[in-house]
Amino acid sequence: MSTTLQPGAADAISQPTSAAPPTPVIELQGLSVRFGKRDILKDLTCSLRGRAIGLLGPNGAGKSTLINTLLGFYKPSSGSARVLGSDIRTETRRIRSLVGYMPENDAFISKMSAVSFVQMMAELCGLPSSVALERAHEALFQVGLAEARYRELGTYSLGMKQLAKLAQAIAHGPKLLILDEPTNGLDPSARQRMIRMITDIRDSRQLQIVLCSHLLRDVEDTCEEVLILNQGRVAHYSNLEEERKANKRFLELETYGANGDFTEAIEKLGCECAVTANRLKMILADGVEVRDIYRIAAERDVRIRRLNFRRDTLEDIFLKAMGS
Amino acid sequence: MAVYRRTYTSYSGPLTPAWSRSLVLFRYSRRKLFQSKLQTALFVLCFFYPLACLLMIYAANNLSVLERLGGLGSSFIKIDNKFFLSFIEVQGVLAFVLTAFTGPGLISPDLANGALPLYLCRPFSRAEYILGKASVLAIVLSQITWIPGLVLFAVQSSLAGAGWTWNHLWIAGSMVLSSLLWIIVLSLLAMALSAWVKWRIVAGALLLGVMFFGAGFAQAVNAVLRTQSGHFLNIVYLMGTVWTSLFRVDMEGSITPPEAWIALLIYCAICLMLLVRRVRAYEVVK
Repeated sequence: MSTTLQPGAADAISQPTSAAPPTPVIELQGLSVRFGKRDILKDLTCSLRGRAIGLLGPNGAGKSTLINTLLGFYKPSSGSARVLGSDIRTETRRIRSLVGYMPENDAFISKMSAVSFVQMMAELCGLPSSVALERAHEALFQVGLAEARYRELGTYSLGMKQLAKLAQAIAHGPKLLILDEPTNGLDPSARQRMIRMITDIRDSRQLQIVLCSHLLRDVEDTCEEVLILNQGRVAHYSNLEEERKANKRFLELETYGANGDFTEAIEKLGCECAVTANRLKMILADGVEVRDIYRIAAERDVRIRRLNFRRDTLEDIFLKAMGS
Repeated sequence: MAVYRRTYTSYSGPLTPAWSRSLVLFRYSRRKLFQSKLQTALFVLCFFYPLACLLMIYAANNLSVLERLGGLGSSFIKIDNKFFLSFIEVQGVLAFVLTAFTGPGLISPDLANGALPLYLCRPFSRAEYILGKASVLAIVLSQITWIPGLVLFAVQSSLAGAGWTWNHLWIAGSMVLSSLLWIIVLSLLAMALSAWVKWRIVAGALLLGVMFFGAGFAQAVNAVLRTQSGHFLNIVYLMGTVWTSLFRVDMEGSITPPEAWIALLIYCAICLMLLVRRVRAYEVVK
């Protein structure tokens, strides 16, 4: 057998261009997973294309099971799924060569220095030894473990172990980074660092991210698309950016000198209003613009002190999904 | 080295062939093995007996040396199948001791620290993982069993001449076959036990237990049930039966060599089954 180096499989997935629609990161077609008599994932169907996708859901919703199924650790009982265009049943090896995975639980080799650990993991992905060593150093520098990279992993704190896990996930230059609860067990400042690192990686635009978490804040800070799972089913899918744009019709006004006349005039435009003290919440009717509100206020000598678009937070979206 | 780069960069360079990935595991595991001074010392100790055998072969083929030792005839040291059987037996015991120290440390730390998802999320199968880990033991044990055995055979051949070599060529094959069987049994047993208990020290103790208490238990079964079938529980006895048949040494035993072969293969299959059940990224709780 030839010992020559093969061209990188990473090239196989083309970068999204403006001409062709990008390959969906994850495509599920009636995917179900069953352990014994328990249905863990039930008939999941969706197509996710965002640069950063959040997998949300309460504990036991099936988030980690979905990730493990996509990585080929569990066999689907029915349906199909594709990751970056590759079928999870037949092209597991190809999927794994394109993916960097940071597992939820502690995962390390205790009697090994961080740099050897990351190098070995990169070599197992097919990188030549010298390249793997160079990229291991780079990855450890990038995650902030530069000073501690020659220390044994067993001596690391929990936060450092999380960073080492992130380093091994990015060292081989994957096209898709799957992060399972990356901020688990981190203190607030370490959590912030981790989130900043994830957003930096996302903004490099060289890979796509799937972030699995039950912490809404983590997903809200990093993701553009959210798939909410509940009891093994898709409870809600939302494109956060579009949802935020849609919510621009929700206004909250803080006024001085407003009276019933002002509210009536706005309602006559077809808007729905609710008044609390000197605050006015409204939903703009179709065809009504914010400048119409300013005009009515000027005609009635009402001063608008503050005007906010009241966006639905991810928490609102999540609670609605859970409620439904 | 571009360690100043603090931003993510993808990789689109050349990749190593897929078949060579288990060699990566072999390389790292072997390096880790010889980081321990105790294991290195034990490994070195395993070469003392082959050296002694080398001297014996030299002495047996040089009558003048033997005469200087006190007028002993050439019959004092006879280089035949029994000589090589005893060599394999001694080295087999040393191989077992070395396995008890090194074998459990190969898999149990990965399982205990949850490292398997990290290996298996890469283009790297469970079979390659087991192969990569087992190859460390296989190579190390080969270095102390059949490889020095063949060196001794080659030395004896060069000293005794072509006639002896031709008549005893089968001994070389027996040495390789018996060593490989012992290596397979030891490797699978050590890895299966360490995968099962996930604790290096306990796995080492269990391996010793399986060998020594297995022999004791087999005797107890034979005594209580007035049978000879208890020997099937004694791996050392089974191995001895196979070895004596391979080296064409007469030994009265209650188990025939084919039965011993089948029993050992069944033990190997059980160990492999245990390994396959345990070496998974995540355990499925049904």
